[in-house]
Amino acid sequence: MASALFFYVFAVLAVASGAMVILTKNPVHAVLFLILAFFNAAGLFVLLSAEFLAMLLVIVYVGAVSVLFLFVVMMLDVDFAELKAGFIKNAGIGAVVGGIVLAEILAFVGYRGLTAASSLNVASPVPAAGSGITNTQALGEILYTKYVYFFEGASMILFVAMIGAIVLTLKHRVAVKRQSIAAQVARGPKTGLEVIKVPSGGYVIPPAGKHPEAAE
Amino acid sequence: MLESLQTFMTDYGWNILALIGFSLLMLVVLLIIIAFLLLMDRKVWAAVQMRRGPNVVGPFGLLQSFADLLKFVLKEPIIPAGSDKGVFLLAPLATAVFALASWAVIPVNEGSFFGLASGRWVISDMNVGILYLTAISSLGVYGIIMGGWASNSKYPFMGSLRSAAQMVSYEVSIGFVIVCVILCVGSLNVTDIVNAQKAGIGTRLGLTNSFLDWHWLPLFPMFVVFFISALAETNRPPFDLVEAESELVAGFMVEYSSTPYLLYMLGEYVAITTMCALTTILFLGGWLPPLDIWPLNAIPGIFWFLIKVVLVFFMFAMVKAMVPRYRYDQLMRLGWKVFLPLSLVMVILTAAVLQFGGFLS
Repeated sequence: MASALFFYVFAVLAVASGAMVILTKNPVHAVLFLILAFFNAAGLFVLLSAEFLAMLLVIVYVGAVSVLFLFVVMMLDVDFAELKAGFIKNAGIGAVVGGIVLAEILAFVGYRGLTAASSLNVASPVPAAGSGITNTQALGEILYTKYVYFFEGASMILFVAMIGAIVLTLKHRVAVKRQSIAAQVARGPKTGLEVIKVPSGGYVIPPAGKHPEAAE
Repeated sequence: MLESLQTFMTDYGWNILALIGFSLLMLVVLLIIIAFLLLMDRKVWAAVQMRRGPNVVGPFGLLQSFADLLKFVLKEPIIPAGSDKGVFLLAPLATAVFALASWAVIPVNEGSFFGLASGRWVISDMNVGILYLTAISSLGVYGIIMGGWASNSKYPFMGSLRSAAQMVSYEVSIGFVIVCVILCVGSLNVTDIVNAQKAGIGTRLGLTNSFLDWHWLPLFPMFVVFFISALAETNRPPFDLVEAESELVAGFMVEYSSTPYLLYMLGEYVAITTMCALTTILFLGGWLPPLDIWPLNAIPGIFWFLIKVVLVFFMFAMVKAMVPRYRYDQLMRLGWKVFLPLSLVMVILTAAVLQFGGFLS
């Protein structure tokens, strides 16, 4: 009874905040509602006793991805009137895309069904009741055995994407003075200081770009 | 109706009531301890600078924090006209609530609570406790970002942008440090992490259970990385660029006053105490006595836990008093170019030692 109650609370809040993401006018509010939707999805995962997935959802999506969303959206200078005019213009395309996605989800659920027969073909991280294996361990045991190639493949794709993002944004600007911590730390009295003997009555001219030398 | 209420009470009701009771107890004790930790912070800071510190309210200034509390609550809250009111008021609340929520999984001792049937020394002994702590501590950044944006003012916004980059950066190395500890323990449960420190290097050398068994010794580089990252994660000096008064006045808190400011301050200190508790649990053996011999192991574990938390907090306070503030690019360099590779290498090294050193049964 209590879990049913919590299910409805989380589900209703998730759907409502999902709707608010697209209905609210202020983009920062939209991101905040998105975060609320993530939270409620995590709550639903906990109710399914998939607590590991729930925690990962919060750590990855709420703790890192949404922070960057918020970071970017806050920097935007958004004209709300223009945004509203664009809504009418793009509503048709949006409805078509949304309709296709909905149809695909329905087709997927209708084809595969969530029946016991189809789930037999797929290894599932659900430990047998009373086996004492936690959800996290069960997930690891199939992720690193049966699905190890998919798992490694996904991590390679993410790795390539990360390197790609770095390569695209990295600029080696020439005229910038940079601090080299290693050079600073390695600098001691021997390399940083030079004692020059100035002849009495004479003078010292440091040549440009070189260490100063005592003039004759 | 009455019968269904009775079944509800026997099935869920008493558990829920007990949960609420223990949560309230934890909260009240935690807040009182934090009031004195705050005073200790100021006293240590003052002592290093050869000042007296707060010494007017109560004996030795012991009641200073409570006087501050009253002052904050009674002042008028000022909400800037150009601010986003809802988010402006939600932000400090989010900071305080997320900071307090992490104490739900922190065990302060083992076993039952003074022999009560439904009482434990931890509110929720969940099997992914350490992940929960990581998740909740990564949410602390929202209060700061939201507050900085909603203030609709330059300095708060700069502060919040800094905090977003800083806290996300140092979470990465904290995550890897925690992975190292989890590899050694083999469980995500916080109580298991402490219990795994009952045996270690000391017992392998044939000594009695002692402080040499705790994780700080085999994982010493990670202990240092965790301590420094914890300073950065909680925006403590020398990494307090989010509220650097010489550059940003008070950063994201510029526009806040009265109770909203109090909530920010409270959230900050609760987060610091959480990090101290986490250091204690991960590296300093939680509630275990430093030497498992008679007068020491007769003392209740909560005492040792508190002593260790206060010691780590003392270290936090000393760092605040002694170390000058970092420059922002140095902070980013330290996080991404020093701590991240170091902790990544340590994860691989720890896994290799465990696998090939025969530590896995």
